[in-house]
Order: sequence, then structure tokens, then C-alpha cells
Amino acid sequence: MRSISFGQATVEATAAAMREDETVVVAGEDIGWGGNFGQFKGLLEEFGPKRVLDMPISEALILGSAVGAAVTGLRPVASLSFVEFTMGAMDEIINQAAKFRYMFGGQVSVPMVVRASDGVLRSSGAQHSESFEAFFSHMPGLKVVAPSNPADAKGLLRSAIADDDPVIYLENKKITFRKGEVPEGDYRIALGEASVARSGSDVSLITYSVMAQHALEAAQVLFEEHSVEAEVVDLRTLVPLDIESVLTSVAKTRRAVICHEAWTFGGFGAEISSQINEHLFGELAAPVVRVGARSAPIPFSPPLERELVPEASEVVEAVLRTVKL
Amino acid sequence: MAADFKDMETNWEAYRKLFLIRAFEERLETLFAEGKIPGFVHTYIGQEAIAVGVCANLRTDDYITSTHRGHGHAIAKGIDLNGLMAEVFGKVTGICKGRGGSMHVADFSKGILGANGIVAAGTVIAAGAGLSIQTRQEDQVVVCFFGDGGINKGTVHEAMNFCSVKNLPVVFVCENNQYAQFTSRKLTTSVSDLSLRGAAYGMPAVSMDGNDLLEVVEVSQKAIADARVGMGPTLVVADTYRFGGHYVGDPQAYRSKEEVAQSRRRDPLLLFENHLILQGLADKEALELERESILELVDKAVAFAEQSEYPEVRSVIDYVFTDVTEK
Ligand SMILES: Cc1ncc(C[n+]2csc(CCOP(=O)(O)OP(=O)(O)O)c2C)c(N)n1
Ligand SMILES: [Mg+2]
Repeated sequence: MRSISFGQATVEATAAAMREDETVVVAGEDIGWGGNFGQFKGLLEEFGPKRVLDMPISEALILGSAVGAAVTGLRPVASLSFVEFTMGAMDEIINQAAKFRYMFGGQVSVPMVVRASDGVLRSSGAQHSESFEAFFSHMPGLKVVAPSNPADAKGLLRSAIADDDPVIYLENKKITFRKGEVPEGDYRIALGEASVARSGSDVSLITYSVMAQHALEAAQVLFEEHSVEAEVVDLRTLVPLDIESVLTSVAKTRRAVICHEAWTFGGFGAEISSQINEHLFGELAAPVVRVGARSAPIPFSPPLERELVPEASEVVEAVLRTVKL
Repeated sequence: MAADFKDMETNWEAYRKLFLIRAFEERLETLFAEGKIPGFVHTYIGQEAIAVGVCANLRTDDYITSTHRGHGHAIAKGIDLNGLMAEVFGKVTGICKGRGGSMHVADFSKGILGANGIVAAGTVIAAGAGLSIQTRQEDQVVVCFFGDGGINKGTVHEAMNFCSVKNLPVVFVCENNQYAQFTSRKLTTSVSDLSLRGAAYGMPAVSMDGNDLLEVVEVSQKAIADARVGMGPTLVVADTYRFGGHYVGDPQAYRSKEEVAQSRRRDPLLLFENHLILQGLADKEALELERESILELVDKAVAFAEQSEYPEVRSVIDYVFTDVTEK
């Protein structure tokens, strides 16, 4: 199989959806130029400016007009290059997109995708480095997707665009340029299905997005240097959450370490931890542990940024503490 | 303070600031290419006359809000050069102790309410600073710098309407450098004359040549003086051109080399230099000497930044709250 980047994989998924369904339109700042991370390269050339819309710096408009278009027959993919910019359009996401279907008694659905790049990348600073999946997944009515590799990026985006509900599609900056094998053609992965990225019997690493990559690195180190066999469960979709896959894995290993780059406090890991405890309390060999960022805005200075945000070595440490219990 | 450009020293001071910004930004380009600067850097090259000309009319206790392209505004408003350079390096001696970086430099003691990574975020913050001045019954002024791309953000509308309703001492300076990232203004903006936007708010609006320092001084002087005496906000549109890419390293496939070369003929530094020479306020040799001494200042700032330490990692949680520390 050929190897392409995460970003290119999303271009493939979008182009395939646009070829198949002419109601799919793409809107965002600078996307005629391929977007900040090349996630839209070539789309303007193939589909023209009526379906690939270069938008003004007007985030409320970009997401609000996507809602309006979605309830009147289009299937918009709205892009905000950094997830922080969704904050200027939180009303459109939370009060509009998420609520329309329920509040209006199921009369309409809101088939739109919000694409946003998140995560730390080489000192991008406090306003260009964060991960907000906890905000989005807290709100009923939003589906939330956070792929960790190019193949999943393609398969999940294809399903997200085809989905009839609003989907927040989070693409981590650190892995946007990373390459991997990606199936050609119409490749889809259903929303709401986790994958076991590596099997093991000693501990379950529950993770998603870039941290799934770090967890895989950590699992390799744990195996080679500590003879610990870690299972890596990549959630891929946070809402709807595939809790079955999580519980199946943790029931087997009896130890869970939940890993994400976002802040630990009030983070998505707290939800998973809570559900594990509710279902498997008596069967656990150790308390559920979370690996995430400490509670501060992401600092600019490289050593501070590295200190705040976890990578593979922090996962290894957390696992070693857990397996000793 | 209203700047008096009949005065020799005022002219020289403006020239020093113009060249200091240019030299600082050009040095950052080199340092970035050498891998010495973390993150990404947006330079102000080509737009120097706007910050320098506007800030020549400001007092230290006046405020500015700035953008992601904020080094020039900060230097013009009097930020400490060493602290600025060290911040861009992420060092603990930086003006924000390494927490902010290039896009988030601020010096509240100089009225610099922050460069900002969120486009047009400064507009509503400027409105709040204006409200604060009015409430405190002071005669300070706020200048809100923002871009031609930023003008389409909803916050601009909200801020301008409110400042006009309340007659707040805020001057909106829109730097029309023709591009928002890689996208030409023409593709996303309803009017080509951005000053037309002022009418919607019942706000006086003027356009000026942002590369002509003396024109900037004159136009902004009136807007600032009006704001100071309670005559309310003005929208000032400064037409200019971004000589560099959106960020350092931008391949700039979206515009032609000819277009850039053409605009470089109206380099604000050269225009002002010619003026100084023509008016007999300076000669070439004196300016050359002045430039050398400014380059030395920049060298010193780089040395200061390079010799400074990074923040201690155990301090990573400091400054989140005023009174809560992590256990
Ligand atoms: C709210 C928000 N949306 C988008 C961006 C990404 N972005 C950064 S700079 C920029 C272009 C800004 O253009 P303009 O206001 O003209 O300022 P210039 O870069 O030309 O100085 C964009 C879209 C951002 N930082 N914040
Ligand atoms: Mg611009």
C-alpha cells in the first residue's frame, strides 16, 4: 500500500465525498491555497470556487453559515485552521449546530463537519497549541472524532461527511504531516468504533489522536525494556464513545492508563476513568491513572512546553507505577 | 504628546525607531533560519511607518492593542528591546518570562496591552480600555491596531459600534497590507475602500498612505487629539504592503515577485530618509552612523537573549492564578 500524510489522506476523503455528492461544499480561511497545513490542497482546482469557498476571517460566519446551509440541503465541511478559532464561534457550535435537531423536535438534522487543527507543535504558543475535545464532547448533539493516523484520518473523515449530525473533526498538528499506509478508493471507518492498535495483557492504554502515537511508542519501550505488555486502545471517536472496547480491554488487563495531550483536569480522560470504575470497580488491580497536561495555558518556551505536555516517556512512567501495584 | 516634526530631534527619533524595527525584524529572519527562534514569527517589514507615526503621538500612559504582527507596535510604543528579544527566544528574561513568545509580547507598564494570536481580538479589548479611561475620567487614548483581514471579524463591528455609541477615546488603525495570510483582500472584503466601513458606525474615517511617515503622523495626530478631548473614535485606514511573507519561511506562491519588488520601491524607510536629506535634516553619512549604532543595539539584544536562561521547568504552573498555586 502507498504511504501518504494524514493531511493528504483528508484531502482524498474530502475529494471522494465531493465527487460522490455534489451537496458537499468546503469553506474556510485560505483553503483555496490549500489551508495552513495543506489539508485542502488541490480541491479548488478540481471543484472550483462555488464548492471550495475562501472565507473572510469571520469564524462565527464560517460555522453559522454552515449550520444554515446544512439545514437547507448542503453538506458543508467548515474548516478552522486552529481549534482556538472555534472559540469565536462557540455559539454557532454549541447553541446552534448541536441543538437544532433536538430543540426543533427532530424536524431537521445538521449534516456538517467542523475541521480544526489542535495540539502542541513546536512552541506555537498559548493561542495556537491547545486541545478542546473536552468542551465539544461535553455538549450533547455533537459527534467528536480525533484520528491518530493517516488511514483513520481518511476513513473517519469520509464517514463524518456522510454523517447526518454535526461532527467535530480534530486533526492534531504534530501528526498532520506524518505519513502512513492509506487504502485507496472509497475507504470508510464507522464513527464510534475504537481500534486495538496493539494487543497486550498487562495494562490498557486508552488514548486517541497524537497520544495514540506516543502510547504506541511507549508500549514498545515497555515491552523491550520492562517486559510489560501494554494494549493500546485507540478510541478514534470520542462521541459516540465505544466504551465496550475499553471495558473489554481493561477487563482483560485489569489496569488502565488513559492518555491525552489535553489538560488532565476536567479532561476527556475523566469520563473514561469514571466509566471504567462504574463497570469494573471490583476487578481492577490498580487505580485508573490519567496522563495529560498540567493545568496551565500552553507556554511558549520550549522547556516549559515540554514540561507541561506529556509524550511517550510520561506514559512509560505512569504504566510502571501502575504495574507495580 | 503631539509630535512636532519641525523639531530636528523628533525626526531623528522617528528615523531611529523605523530603522530599529526594520533591523530587529531582519535579524529575526536570520535567527529563525538558523533555528534559534522557536515557534513562528510574523514580521512587520514594510509597515514600520504606521506604528512609528501613530505612536509618535502617544504618551507612555496611552494604550495600544496589537496583533500577531506586533513587534513593530511594541517597539514604537517603547518596549524594552532586550526583554522583547529574549521573549522571542523563550527565555526567562523575556518581557513575558518566556510564556508568551513572538505572538504574545506585552508590556503593561508601557501601555502595550498585548500582541495577540487571535485576529481582531484587540478591538473589543481596546473598547474596554476606552471604557475604563472614560470611567476613570482620564485623558488617555487607546490605539487599536488591526489588519485588513481582521476587519471582517465580527468583533470589529461590535467594538466600533460600541465605541461610537459611548464616544470612547479609541482610534482604530487598520493596516491594509493587502493580504490576510495567503488570501488577497479582494477575495473576501465587500469594499475596496476600507474607510467606508466607518460610516456604518457614524464614525469619522480617513485613509492615508501608511508608508509615508509624515502623513501617518499628521492623520493620526488629529484622530488621537480628537479622542483625547472627548470627541470619540476614528477609523484610520493605513494603506501599505507586507514586504515579507505571512510568516518567516512562507514560500509566498500566492503573489508574484514583481508585485513585491514593485511595492518595495515605496519602502517607508527610504521615503523618510529621502525626506530627511532633502529637508537638510540629515546627511547620508550621519544616517549611516546612526544605523550602525542601532544595529549594535540589536546585536546586544541578541547577545542578551542568547546568554539568558530558559525558565525553570518547575515554574511551569506559575502565573496561572494570582493566589492559587498547585500542590
Ligand atoms: C480568529 C482568528 N482567525 C484566524 C486566524 C489565523 N490567522 C492568523 S493571521 C491571519 C491573517 C490576518 O490578516 P490581517 O488581519 O490582514 O493581518 P496581517 O497578517 O496582514 O498583518 C489569519 C487568518 C487567527 N489567528 N485568529
Ligand atoms: Mg493584512
